[in-house]
Amino acid sequence: MQLQAGRIAILVNGERTETGAVSLGELVAQLGFSESQVATALNGDFVPRQSRGATLLAADDRIEIVAPRQGG
Amino acid sequence: MNAVDRRLGGAKPLTFYGVEVASRLLLGTARYPSPQIMSDAVKAARASIVTVALRREQARGDTGVRFLELIKALGLRVMPNTAGCRTPKEAIATAQMARELFATDWIKLEVIGNDDTLQPDLFGLVEAAAALIKDGFKVFPYTTEDLVAAERLLAAGCEVLMPWGAPIGTGRGLANPYALKSLRQYFPAVPLIIDAGIGAPSHAACAMEMGFDAVLLNTAVAAAADPVRMARAFAAAIEAGRIAYEAGLMEMRDMAAPSTPVAGTPFFDLDKA
Repeated sequence: MQLQAGRIAILVNGERTETGAVSLGELVAQLGFSESQVATALNGDFVPRQSRGATLLAADDRIEIVAPRQGG
Repeated sequence: MNAVDRRLGGAKPLTFYGVEVASRLLLGTARYPSPQIMSDAVKAARASIVTVALRREQARGDTGVRFLELIKALGLRVMPNTAGCRTPKEAIATAQMARELFATDWIKLEVIGNDDTLQPDLFGLVEAAAALIKDGFKVFPYTTEDLVAAERLLAAGCEVLMPWGAPIGTGRGLANPYALKSLRQYFPAVPLIIDAGIGAPSHAACAMEMGFDAVLLNTAVAAAADPVRMARAFAAAIEAGRIAYEAGLMEMRDMAAPSTPVAGTPFFDLDKA
């Protein structure tokens, strides 16, 4: 699939997503998450909140964006 | 053995990683019919620790925010889990995400090794526990009754162990009481929490009578017809079991022994006995 210039395809929570976001911080904001209410991982590694802005995205990156849930 | 345990357990309050714990019932927050029933059940259980999890959030979703508000309103200590993780890497990343979101270094560490039994992968568990402890976590490992795994977890720095009663969600109670009893006797001073497999208050009472320090359960309360009443039943059973353990249970015997004194029995004639 042809992507517009400046956009890449990544996996966000297992779903293919096209984004123009350069950093993980930008992606989180663009997807409408409040930055303090989610936690993130990039390619299986935790990315702390304060590091998201400096964490650059590349094609085919796997991003996890998670939030609190019921658990046993 | 019993006398030593009694002194340890009776005189000193229960602590996990130096934190005094008021309740011996740890309750999960999943699978309740509604958020209100979950809150009411936690209160009825008089739990002081509840378990929580992390899941993928929908873009623009606020499910996590609303759940966190509900949990914060309970005013209890939360213990996030790494439920569903199958490798140490997944469990470590999940624990780190949980620490950031829930602002706690406590983690219920699950590394699942088998889909049918949800049995812990003990090798992965030890590896993940060691890494997380180095990273400053207070690890509560969900383990089996395996004695060697327990030793490895303690050597890795775990100060609490959580052996299963039976596989998660089965409600079968203590599937291997002999091995659990051995574990209890082998580690008299390590806080041991029976986690998973508890189906009825009698199972929980049994675990407490055996000298386990606490019980962690979820489905048995959440899936009851009336979760709030069941939470009360578990609280009562756990209290009864603990008091019984501290009081010291009588030894079991094979043959009957009359409880009423034999001396002075009317019509009793030694020659005819």
